[in-house]
Amino acid sequence: MTVMKTLMGAAATLALGAAAAVAEPAIIFDLGGKFDKSFNEAAFNGATRWAQETGGTFKELEMQSEAQREQALRRLAESGANPVVMTGFAFGDVLNTVAPDFPDTKFAIIDMVVEQPNVKSVVFNEHEGSYLVGMMAALASKTGTVGFIGGMDIPLIRKFGCGYAQGVKAVNPDATVILNMTGTTPAAWNDPVKGAELAKGQKAQGADVIYAAAGGTGVGVLQAAADEGILSIGVDSNQNYLHPGKVLTSMLKRVDNAVYEAFKEGEALAPGINVMGLANDGVGYAMDEHNAALVTPEMQATVDEAAAKIKSGELAVHDYMSDNTCPAATF
Amino acid sequence: MDYATLLQLLDTTLRFATPLLLACLAGLYSERAGVFDIGLEGKMLMAAMSSGAVAALTGSVWLGLLAAIGGSLLFALVHGVASITFRGNQLISGVALNFIASGITVLVAQSLFGQGGRTPPLTGGARSNPVILPFAEPMRDVPVIGPLYYEVISGHSPLVYLALLMVPVTWWVLYRTRFGLRLRAVGENPAAVDTAGVSVRGLRFAAVMITGVLCGVAGAYMATALQAGFGREMTAGRGYIALAALIFAKWRPWAALYACLLFGFFQALALRPDVVEGVVGVKVPVPALDALPYVLTVLVLAGFVGKAIPPRAGGEPYVKER
Repeated sequence: MTVMKTLMGAAATLALGAAAAVAEPAIIFDLGGKFDKSFNEAAFNGATRWAQETGGTFKELEMQSEAQREQALRRLAESGANPVVMTGFAFGDVLNTVAPDFPDTKFAIIDMVVEQPNVKSVVFNEHEGSYLVGMMAALASKTGTVGFIGGMDIPLIRKFGCGYAQGVKAVNPDATVILNMTGTTPAAWNDPVKGAELAKGQKAQGADVIYAAAGGTGVGVLQAAADEGILSIGVDSNQNYLHPGKVLTSMLKRVDNAVYEAFKEGEALAPGINVMGLANDGVGYAMDEHNAALVTPEMQATVDEAAAKIKSGELAVHDYMSDNTCPAATF
Repeated sequence: MDYATLLQLLDTTLRFATPLLLACLAGLYSERAGVFDIGLEGKMLMAAMSSGAVAALTGSVWLGLLAAIGGSLLFALVHGVASITFRGNQLISGVALNFIASGITVLVAQSLFGQGGRTPPLTGGARSNPVILPFAEPMRDVPVIGPLYYEVISGHSPLVYLALLMVPVTWWVLYRTRFGLRLRAVGENPAAVDTAGVSVRGLRFAAVMITGVLCGVAGAYMATALQAGFGREMTAGRGYIALAALIFAKWRPWAALYACLLFGFFQALALRPDVVEGVVGVKVPVPALDALPYVLTVLVLAGFVGKAIPPRAGGEPYVKER
């Protein structure tokens, strides 16, 4: 009994000691899961990079169901984690109610704007990156038909699709862009079987390059494209390595940088809206040894030229979320 | 809608109907023997994980299939012991197995591969690759039938043909063999079977084990043919749709085939809202298409499309008179 007491006392002291030190940052992953090889995995990589560089530790939590959202957020905030970073637009409403209850905790949300004094909102110009991969898709396509498979049908994903369609039409005004969404619930982020069937359906309609902006569902899209012998385009993380020689490129969204920066700022996290676009390397396209053979220097030059124009402001890509319309496609 | 689109839809239909059909026939054996099995979903999930993991480790899809059947049989055995030997509530046992499967599959896959509960992508011989049926190539140019044979019927995983073959086999076993007669009897009137000196427990266990094997094949198909590897919750409610199909088919094998094909067709349609719009003329919301199988099942249960009478002794554990 005495031994037990001593042990427990020691444990309690340790726990108190840990809490008294600098607060740990925390990250919550959305329903796609930490290892979705895409959006959430990029966030995880950013957090891991911070941990490796600073030797610090961070708390993490993977959501399993929609109902856990608020509870998960409160639990991490109550545990003293600071800042708390969450990936995904779906946290927006919840954070709006939770953030005022923890005025001393800093929050960072990716992909959504939450206007609270202790929240940093990081949003990306996905339409710019998607525009570039759209151009590349049109340049690589032989049939003149390309596809887009989104995850959940939300304005954010339409923003990807719209930027993509604009890029395609910029290169080939006569091109057909087939747009499909996987579903209307968060389960659409993790349904590779449906993603694969959608990809096969698009191939049957003539598409020979398919861009997947669908989190974990995209794994199925890329797999089906590789099986069917057509090209695919990855999203968020660099997914070129998944099927070397079959993935044309990946639209990079540097979620990892956003998480890394938030963790690095720590408790001094500056609230406000942070827009990451082409100009500040928030988005881009991936080139590595896995897709070098697919992208000709001419293609790359064309795309880089457009990138330079977007950066300088000479070329403006329409943002679907600004007015919920798209000049190049209908949803 | 042109012919090519129709063929593509039918092709998808067959792929989607296969896991449903296997699970539906699996449920048919079990329920015909008087053991309700709501745990088809869990067994499929377990099988999908086992096959994905073993195929990834050994590089052989056939070892993966064996592992899938093994994993599924294990769950079937638990269901049997709980609901036949210990006469527990069959529904509760099934639900419990679904929950266990949902958690344990991710846990095992995560501890084996560390990829967030996913198994590594399968390639080459680790996948159930499509087989081209004989004469598919030369017949391709025959009008109408040629493309149908080439696009829709040929070029699927061997498991698809196995599933289709299981329909006549199930019919024959149930209606033309002594075992089948006894199996049906044990689901209608176990006391009579017992009086005749045949073991009710033995028959019910046999039926539950067959369910395990078929669910195993269904799971292996999901993980090695439909997809290249296991993913969290990848069966996505197919076990429940299969149960709906079973009711829709009124517990008969041939009707089960048609029900599963129909449900598979609805799932395929839900992927092509553009085609639906073209045919119907109005934009039909995708969730409405997704809900069609359930709507149909409710209609059947409500008695609009004939009456669905489940096996009379279904759901009741058999207690021997003393």
